[in-house]
Amino acid sequence: MKTIANFLSERLNVIGAWLLALLWVMPLLYAIWAATHPIEYEANFDIFAPLTTYNFTNAWSQAPFARYLLNTVMMTTMIVISQFILCTFVAFAFARFEFPFKNILFAMVLLQLLIMPDILIVENYKTIRFLGLMDTILAIGLPYMASGFGIFLLRQTFKSIPKELDDAARIDGAGVLRIIWNVYVPLSMPTFVAYGLVSISFHWNNFLWPLIITNSVETRPLTVGLSIFSMSEAGVEWATISAGTLMTTAPLFIAFLIFQRQFIASFMTAGIK
Amino acid sequence: MNKKNNLINVFYLLVPGFVLLISFTHIPAVKTLMNSFYSTAKGRRASKFVGLENYETLWQDATFWKVFSNNIIYALGVIPTSILLSLAMALWVNSKIIGRPFLRFSYFLPTVLPLIAVGNIWLFFYAPGFGLIDQIVTSLGFPSLNILGSQESSLFGVMAVGIWKEAGFYMIFYLAGLQAIPPDLKEAAMIEGANKWYIFWRITFPLLTPTTLFVSVNAVINSFRQIDHIVVMTQGGPDYASTLLLYYIYESAFVFWDTAYATTLSVVLILLLCLIAIGQFFVLDKKVHYQ
Amino acid sequence: MIKFNFKVVSIFALLFSLNSFSAKSVELEFYFPVAVGGAAASTVEELTNTYMELNPGVTIKPIYAGSYTDATTKAITAAKGGNPPPMAVLIAIDIFKFYDEDLVMPWDDILSAEEKENWVGGFYSAFMKNSQIDGVTYGIPFQRSTPVLYYNKDAFREVGLDPERPPQNWAEQLEYAQKLTKKGSDGNIERYGIRIPTKGFPSWLTSGLIYQNGGQMTNGLGTETFLDTPEVIEAVQYLVDLSEKHKVMRPGTLEWGATPKAFFEGQTAMMWTTTGNLTNVRKNAPFDFGVAMLPAGKSFGAPTGGGNFYIFKGTPADELEATKDFVKWMTAPDQAGVWTMATGYVAPRPDAWETQAMKDYVADFPPALVAKEQLAYADAEFSTYENPKTVKIFNTALENVMSGSISPADAMKQAQIDIDKILKDYR
Repeated sequence: MKTIANFLSERLNVIGAWLLALLWVMPLLYAIWAATHPIEYEANFDIFAPLTTYNFTNAWSQAPFARYLLNTVMMTTMIVISQFILCTFVAFAFARFEFPFKNILFAMVLLQLLIMPDILIVENYKTIRFLGLMDTILAIGLPYMASGFGIFLLRQTFKSIPKELDDAARIDGAGVLRIIWNVYVPLSMPTFVAYGLVSISFHWNNFLWPLIITNSVETRPLTVGLSIFSMSEAGVEWATISAGTLMTTAPLFIAFLIFQRQFIASFMTAGIK
Repeated sequence: MNKKNNLINVFYLLVPGFVLLISFTHIPAVKTLMNSFYSTAKGRRASKFVGLENYETLWQDATFWKVFSNNIIYALGVIPTSILLSLAMALWVNSKIIGRPFLRFSYFLPTVLPLIAVGNIWLFFYAPGFGLIDQIVTSLGFPSLNILGSQESSLFGVMAVGIWKEAGFYMIFYLAGLQAIPPDLKEAAMIEGANKWYIFWRITFPLLTPTTLFVSVNAVINSFRQIDHIVVMTQGGPDYASTLLLYYIYESAFVFWDTAYATTLSVVLILLLCLIAIGQFFVLDKKVHYQ
Repeated sequence: MIKFNFKVVSIFALLFSLNSFSAKSVELEFYFPVAVGGAAASTVEELTNTYMELNPGVTIKPIYAGSYTDATTKAITAAKGGNPPPMAVLIAIDIFKFYDEDLVMPWDDILSAEEKENWVGGFYSAFMKNSQIDGVTYGIPFQRSTPVLYYNKDAFREVGLDPERPPQNWAEQLEYAQKLTKKGSDGNIERYGIRIPTKGFPSWLTSGLIYQNGGQMTNGLGTETFLDTPEVIEAVQYLVDLSEKHKVMRPGTLEWGATPKAFFEGQTAMMWTTTGNLTNVRKNAPFDFGVAMLPAGKSFGAPTGGGNFYIFKGTPADELEATKDFVKWMTAPDQAGVWTMATGYVAPRPDAWETQAMKDYVADFPPALVAKEQLAYADAEFSTYENPKTVKIFNTALENVMSGSISPADAMKQAQIDIDKILKDYR
């Protein structure tokens, strides 16, 4: 009796998991369909519909996507690396040192988490201009590099690391940077991975600030290129949007497929403390 | 290692981060927030000090209250659903289920698709008549739906996209949490004859508490901060039915250029988030130590 | 003590050196929005490149600035940040906003009497209505449009209507729509007679109905609206009756962007949309289609729409001179023709229709002429001070009417009261 129930619940589990996955992958399936078929099949699903590559060539020709992709990769890499460095420093100070005004300073960090950066666009624009950084990839990243979220997360992680470990290192004469690098960073890998993920997905998709602060093909990210297809006065062209989306997200898919094993593994090894 | 040296260390550690924090968040925030006590400056009319008038306007603004309640409904719908789904996804992907790589890929997919593009694909799904959902619904003999075009359903249409976008993202964190649970705990329980539900509720779920807290902080913040899909799909309509607080702020700031009102709204949103989030941090701060 | 080792320093140096990717040279920046897809962007670039070949001393840098809303955000942010572009193409109806924010300067300040007479005077007067305040020119018409009626000739034939005779007036429009509405076997309506989208640019299309009904939306000075007048209320009533009473239009608010697709899929037999869609419909409609002027109520009537060239305050005199030369060149007949043929926008000057290329185009594709003919009856688009707010109030009222939750009279009266509150400061 029990085994039958088990068997059934297992089946239901599999069915549920697959149904959800199919639902989740629908937009991608549709994008593939729309991108590979002539425009009259956008809303008509006929297995014998002819295939075409026109949508891809058409979308590709409408904006310099290769360059935009490169810019996006450079931008996210720069932001994430800077965030890692800056937030690690600040978080370490909060986790391991006592100093005056510590609570006030930490409250300032938390406050940043709650302020929507978009609201500060006009003021930040003035600052970037004052610094002479208009239309640079650095300018896209600068307001985001010291991240309250990252500081908070890393501080939590650092606090959970036994203090004896760095005392041991100190006795060996290691400086603060060495202790961070040799003791804290390796033990906090999962936090770095998780935070890196949050950050990449945010900056990969960010649109308004990059649009405003950049003017050149050499600096603009993918989202600016993709926006050319949406909000159209002439109606939405799903085939072109789909082709554009597929082309620009393909690198991320491929990276995910290749690295998902390592990615999960890094969580796993680091998780067992 | 003496105290003075420590202070010098702290100084070096804090300075780069705080210089950026202060110059790109605190100074502009103070400058901006001051606006909430002034009338909106126009090129031809300087702003003047109005005290709390903007806050009074807000209090009497029926649209604000509508938007506010929309956002509460949105949060109540999206947060629990996406967290539950993400937990289920993580459990599935972590088990020996058929087609694991495909499932993992599918669940994670929305995270890498920019909403500015995918919003349009959802627009197609929702389109009345030729849209995918309507094609299915009408072929089953039900009446045609105009999901985004009617006041009763447009918020729910937007919520579904929010859940779709978020759940797979949170799954990653649960997956990490699950894989950190030592397998011998479960095996011991199995030997004692505990069933799966019992194991889940008594062992797995409690051990995932830090993850759940982390995910819920994220979910709360996101439910107040994600509006890309609204910009693309409904522009907040019809009649503000799918407008969320941040979209209302965005509209006040960048469509109406009513900076005074936009910052007044921001102050309220920030206070609201403070109330929710600080509470959560408080819990998170305490819980994290047990490991 | 911290030893800031070399590695850390060099990482920072590397990060900051990304800075060097910026492009710097003396040039005229020119923000433009794209509202009709990628073809518009590449045409703008082709035109500027041609101009630079002809004028070696000048570098024009066209900067894609997103949708109309994004472009305005970008331009205002830049101007408020002390860095305005010399010129930008922005939506025409925001003229009062730019004036109010003191961001744009009158073209009149840099034009000679001869130029005012021959150049500015050479644009269609309908297009100048959203380009001037009190007779002073702030915008030069560039990517301008007007809504027209598209209809499915095959569907007309199917129900026994003459495919060469589109509806001429409101009564016919309704009668045709009733004939064209078709129920499927499952009881759902398979094809609606007409679709006037109410999401996207609702105030724009509705103003067409209002003008046809002999009404006015604003006083033209940006300080007064007339939403509670009987002409406006009747026009809105006609619109909502199409869906609520006569069931010839899909109920609820209807998405602008999905409208052409609904037309292509045969789910609506007629649609109102911009002339900017001509190229799209021509390419993608799988059936024989026709284009007609919007049907007349008491008279013919339609709004104009689209974007103008603005010049920004704070631009040095030599740049202004170059900007003027460039804009004159862009709106000259040959270039206006290229632009029209590539995008479907209406060439803004009568002389642009006289070039050989345009004559050939029109001969090959007569529907392109409908917009030009309609200009004789066209009026300004809804535009006031605080335009985004007043438009939003009107649109929201309309959304409520379309969802059947309020009568047109009540909705329009309330909208008028709300708009009065905003505009009273400007009177």
